[in-house]
Amino acid sequence: MLFPAPKNSDPTGANRVVVTGAGIVTALGIGWQKNAEGFRAGRNAFRPVTLFDVSRQRSKIAAEVDLPAELPTTKLSPNSICRLNRASKMLLIAAHEAWTQAGWNAVENLPVVIGTTSGEMAFGENYLQQAVRFPYSKKAQPTRVVHYQAQQQGLDLCNAFDFSGPVTIVSNACASGANAIGHAFETLRGGHAEKILTGGYDSLCQLTFAGFDSLQALSPTPCRPFDAQRDGLTLGEGAAILTLETLEHARKRNAEVLGEITGYGATTDTHHLTQPHPEGKAAFTAMTSACACAKISPEQIHYVNAHGTATPHNDATESVAINRWATDYAKNLPVSSTKSCSGHLLGAAGAVEAVACLMALRGQWLPPQTSLHKIDPACNFEIVRQPVDKKIGTALSNSFGFGGANASLIFRRWP
Amino acid sequence: MVRPGWKKPLHVRPVPEPVSRPVFFDHPRLRRANLIAQFTVAAALEALGKNVSLVQGGRIRLGIIVGVMAGGVNYSRRFYEEVLQNPRTASPIIFPETVFNAPASHLAAFLGSEMISYTLVGDDGTFLQGVAIAAQWLTDGKVDACLVIGAEETDWIVADAMKLFRRKTIHGAGAGAILLKKDSGSGAIAELTVITDSFPFTQSQSRFETARRMRAHLPSCAPNELLCCGEQDAAENAAWKDWAGARLAPKAILGEAFVAFAAWQCVAACESIRQSEFTAANISVVGVNQQAVGARFLACADAS
Repeated sequence: MLFPAPKNSDPTGANRVVVTGAGIVTALGIGWQKNAEGFRAGRNAFRPVTLFDVSRQRSKIAAEVDLPAELPTTKLSPNSICRLNRASKMLLIAAHEAWTQAGWNAVENLPVVIGTTSGEMAFGENYLQQAVRFPYSKKAQPTRVVHYQAQQQGLDLCNAFDFSGPVTIVSNACASGANAIGHAFETLRGGHAEKILTGGYDSLCQLTFAGFDSLQALSPTPCRPFDAQRDGLTLGEGAAILTLETLEHARKRNAEVLGEITGYGATTDTHHLTQPHPEGKAAFTAMTSACACAKISPEQIHYVNAHGTATPHNDATESVAINRWATDYAKNLPVSSTKSCSGHLLGAAGAVEAVACLMALRGQWLPPQTSLHKIDPACNFEIVRQPVDKKIGTALSNSFGFGGANASLIFRRWP
Repeated sequence: MVRPGWKKPLHVRPVPEPVSRPVFFDHPRLRRANLIAQFTVAAALEALGKNVSLVQGGRIRLGIIVGVMAGGVNYSRRFYEEVLQNPRTASPIIFPETVFNAPASHLAAFLGSEMISYTLVGDDGTFLQGVAIAAQWLTDGKVDACLVIGAEETDWIVADAMKLFRRKTIHGAGAGAILLKKDSGSGAIAELTVITDSFPFTQSQSRFETARRMRAHLPSCAPNELLCCGEQDAAENAAWKDWAGARLAPKAILGEAFVAFAAWQCVAACESIRQSEFTAANISVVGVNQQAVGARFLACADAS
């Protein structure tokens, strides 16, 4: 039953939630290892866009993923595989890695909570172009209609790994991935499920690229979050999937734990559809709520993976919010934005950055921003600029999106 | 509705123009907002009733969940057409309105609500998923009340796409909203007692099987209860073939409006209970391409 929800495990609703599998696809590479190496070195993955025509755009670069020639073996039929486009493929690859790592088996009722901003938008674009140019042609149009929709990508996961369960698609703009993970965390923490497949995905598409360009939010050069002369973001694409379960469930099956999620805060910034409130009130509240959820104070956070898009507005607001939230501790707080490596992955950003936090916690290093020239003086905190090993126990990840969707997640090193 | 390149128009059931201009249009965030945002706000305000001032005054912590399938497709199509024409001149005003969560954002801004807000994307059943999340937030004490809204708008491209699958279906638009509170006492219209599991349409589970399982998960229903269901869906008809009680299918009147349709089912169910026409109403949602899910509302006096 979705309602009344079953109460499993800890009846007080304070189950601990752990990550037992993680899969990741970005322009840095396919899989944990390649991405960990890229994030650790601060390598950027930007290159000229090849997926669509950008000749008339101000920006001409993005972080495109090189997809493998073959997808991992799953229970999807060859016909189904033929119909997958970029977003679905990236999602499937990431899910396969997480699923394999977790060692999960097919189950009857496994909830899926994933975030995306646009699903398989490239199919929508193709549909419109054909519908206008050839109004009576139906060739390939039904497939585009079905596979354009985000719920189909969720169903593809069910079919690939042979399970069923509620497929929930959260579309809170650039906070979608973080909100999806946060919702999965709360569902497990409250005892309403024992395990959940969660994460986020988005692929590059012309509509979104042109949209950010029309807002003059794209930089013509690789993005430089928190740089004094930053001039916009660089888009990327990818997917990240986590297998979450209650600690009790993970222990029962002797699962390897990659890390623990301890806090989640979500708020809405009502200032403007695309611009955050200059004082970063909602961002501050999201971070504060996440800490309250985790029952820790900002001094106990050892690294912040900032939303850090490199737009003038976002970074200014996020700086104000972090300064206010961390107070005097800010000067000792390492902060970086891994968007300087992978680009802004929109609905996948929160999920990819969650995995980046888990990598940092497991590897005991901090992801640097090697492209930074001159730090914005508004930052009272330390920006990680060079690869560095560091003992860290907790990390906070921020994700802020259009529409004022704000989310913060807190991760703890395991054990 | 004109379909470019076709001589014949597409049949749709759009929302009629309001008799008088709603006051909320004066809000700066809603002047240029797309139709789906306007429908969302209108339905939400009706569901909130006198609670609007309590939310705006910060005396109610309000969660907002908006469910959509096609979403703000009108502006998305317009923006992409502009991109194809010349991306240099594509409108930066339209693009932000294309994101799925624009309606929820406008509503939150209108109400001044800075609490949690989710926009969910999926087929008709997404509305009941949203109701379940709202119930979870209320149970966990995260919010004092939660609005759940289902909304869609008409566009030729959606009507065109629907014709590929169901030639006789007419595309509709609008929104429906319900306000959930925990133990709200005398002001309550109905009590939500059950939302079944969501049964997704997968390789191993047909629409017929999911509809059957959804029906089986609802408590056995008495013939004097109301069934709010879809229209001309073979799987759903098979699941409810023995149902001898009253049926109400808002889709038959208002058209296929995906998540908004499921919202209308719940609103109609609650209204029938408020009017004392029925003491219980069952919701059967067999969505267009994702899931079957059901729910049950009871008159509050009979809830125990």
